[in-house]
Amino acid sequence: MMNTPLVSLTEAGKNYGQLAALNAMTMSLNEGEVLGLFGHNGAGKTTMMKLILGVISPSHGKVEVMGMAPDSKEAWSCRTKVGYLPENVSFYDQLTGLEVLTYFTKLKGFASYSAKKQAIDLLEQVGITYAMKRQVKTYSKGMRQRLGLAQAFIGEPKLLLLDEPTVGLDPIATRDFYKTVDELKSKGSSVILCSHVLPGVEQHIDRAMILSSGKLLAMGTLAELRQQAALPVVIKPMTFKKGGLNGAVSQNSQLKGFLTTSCQNTLMVPEHEKLNVLKQLLSLNDLDDIQLESANLEQVYQHFLALHENRQQTAKGTSQ
Amino acid sequence: MKQLLTVANKEFHDGLRNRWLVSITLIFALLSIGLTYFGAAASGAVGVTSLATTIASLASLAVFLIPLIALLLSYDSFVGEQESGTLLLLLTYPLSKSQLLLGKFIGQGGIIALATLLGFGASAVLLYFQLGDTDIFNAFALFIVSAVLLGLSFTAIAYLISLSVSEKSKAAGFALIIWFLFALAFDLALLALLVGVEEGVTQQGLTQLMMLNPTDIFRLVNLAGLESSDVNGALSAALNASLSITQLISALVAWVVLPLVLAIVIFKKKKL
Repeated sequence: MMNTPLVSLTEAGKNYGQLAALNAMTMSLNEGEVLGLFGHNGAGKTTMMKLILGVISPSHGKVEVMGMAPDSKEAWSCRTKVGYLPENVSFYDQLTGLEVLTYFTKLKGFASYSAKKQAIDLLEQVGITYAMKRQVKTYSKGMRQRLGLAQAFIGEPKLLLLDEPTVGLDPIATRDFYKTVDELKSKGSSVILCSHVLPGVEQHIDRAMILSSGKLLAMGTLAELRQQAALPVVIKPMTFKKGGLNGAVSQNSQLKGFLTTSCQNTLMVPEHEKLNVLKQLLSLNDLDDIQLESANLEQVYQHFLALHENRQQTAKGTSQ
Repeated sequence: MKQLLTVANKEFHDGLRNRWLVSITLIFALLSIGLTYFGAAASGAVGVTSLATTIASLASLAVFLIPLIALLLSYDSFVGEQESGTLLLLLTYPLSKSQLLLGKFIGQGGIIALATLLGFGASAVLLYFQLGDTDIFNAFALFIVSAVLLGLSFTAIAYLISLSVSEKSKAAGFALIIWFLFALAFDLALLALLVGVEEGVTQQGLTQLMMLNPTDIFRLVNLAGLESSDVNGALSAALNASLSITQLISALVAWVVLPLVLAIVIFKKKKL
C-alpha cells in the first residue's frame, strides 16, 4: 500500500461538449506530498479537482484515489478521508459558524455528541472561536475563508484539496494556514493546493504543476522546473567603497559577459555557471556583500506561460 | 441513513428559524377558523355551517394557498445552494444525491405537513367543541391528509424546478408559472374544452384529465362530500363519475412520488 500513490491520473481528461476542459493528464501524488496546482482562470485546475473528488467522471482515461475510482460506489467510505475547500463558498448565512461546522461534521459521519466538540476544536484551530455564535452573514471575507478551511480539516483528512485557500486571509492567518498544512503533511496527509501563483507558497510545496487551457505545461519540483526553464540567477556584487565595483567586474573576462546593460552591477548567470561566477566574484578585493536571487515560482510560472503562448502563436502563424 | 436525517434535521430547523412553520400555521389557522365561523355570512348567518360546506370552502382556498406556499418554501433548495457553492461541497461528502434530496424533502415536507396539521387541526378542535360531533375528525382527517399530500407534491415539483434551472430568479419565475398553470389555467382549459368542444370529452375522459393535475385531485377528494347540486362547473361532471377516495388519494400519492423520482433522476444527471 505504501508504494501506491494516493492519487493517480492516467491520461484522464474531461470534455464539456466541444470544449476540452482538461486534456489527457497523467500525474500522481504520494502520501505526505504537497502539490501546487497553478494556472489562470479556466486552466483546468477546478476540473482536475472535481475529477479527483469524484464529483464528475472523466470523459476518457482513469482517475484513482486511494486505489479506487473516486466516482464509484466503493469509494464512498474514502470520502470521509478527503477534505475540500471550494473556490467561492458562502455558507448558510442564517446559521452561526458553529452550526454550519457542526452540520458538516455530522455529514462527515461524526456522531452528534462528538460533532459539536470537534467543530469547536476546528474553529479554535482556525482562530474564529470568538465569532462562532454569530450568524455567518456577519462574517468578513477572511472569516468565511477560515470557516471554509475548518470545514476542509474535519476528520484529519488523508487528502486535502484546497482551491485558492489564502484568498482573503491576512498575513498572520496565511502563516497559520501554512503551518497547519505543514502539520498535516508531517502526519502523512497529502495536499493539493490550487491557486494563481502566490508569494510564500514555495517553501510549502514539494512539487508544482503548471496548467494552461486544460494542458499540462510543466510539472516537477521547484528545482527541476527552474532547471527546465533555465532562468538565470540574478547576482549583485556590492561594495561600500565609493568608486563601486563596476570597473573590476567589467575588467574580468569571465564576468564581463554576464553583466546586464539595463541594471548596473547586476549579473544574470545561468544556473550551471553560478558557482564559477561566485568564485570569481569572491576573488575581487573590494567586494563587501553579494545578493543572490534564484528565479522564484512566479518567474518560472510566467516563463512557462509565455513559452506556451509563443508556441500557440507560431502554430497559428504556420497554419494560416 | 444518518446523513439523510442530518440533512432533514437541518432543513426542518431552517424552516423553524425562518419562521416558515409559524407563519404557515398561522395563515392556515386564521383561514380555517375564519371560514368555519363566517363561511355562512353570505347567506346571512354567522356561526358554524354544515361540515361539508366548511370543508368545501376550506378546500377551495387551500387549493390556491398550499401549492403557492410549498413552491415558495422549496424553489431555491438546490439552485440556492448551487449559487452559494455549498451544493458542490456537499457532493464531495459521503452523501449521495438521493440522500441529499430525500433529506431535504423530509425536512421541508415536515414543515408543510406540521403546519397543515396544526393550522387546520386547530379549527377541527374548535368545531368539535361547538358541535360535539366526532364526524368532524373524520372529515378533517381526510382534508388534512389530502392537504399534506398536495403540499408534498408541490414540494417535489419545486425540486424539479430548482434542479432544472441555474439561477435562483429563474426558479422563482418558473415556480410562479407552474403555480398559475396548475391552480388556475388548467381548470379554465378544462372548462373551455367542456363547453367549447361538443362531445369533446366524456365524463370518464374528463375525470382522467383531472388526474393530470394534483390540485384537481385534491378538489375531488374534498368536494366529494357535497351534494352535486352545490358544485358548479367542470367539477360536478367529474364528481358524478365518482372515483373512490382510495383511488383519489393514491393518485395524489403518485403525484408526490413521481416528481420526486424524476427530481432524483435529474439530479443524478445534473452537471456541476
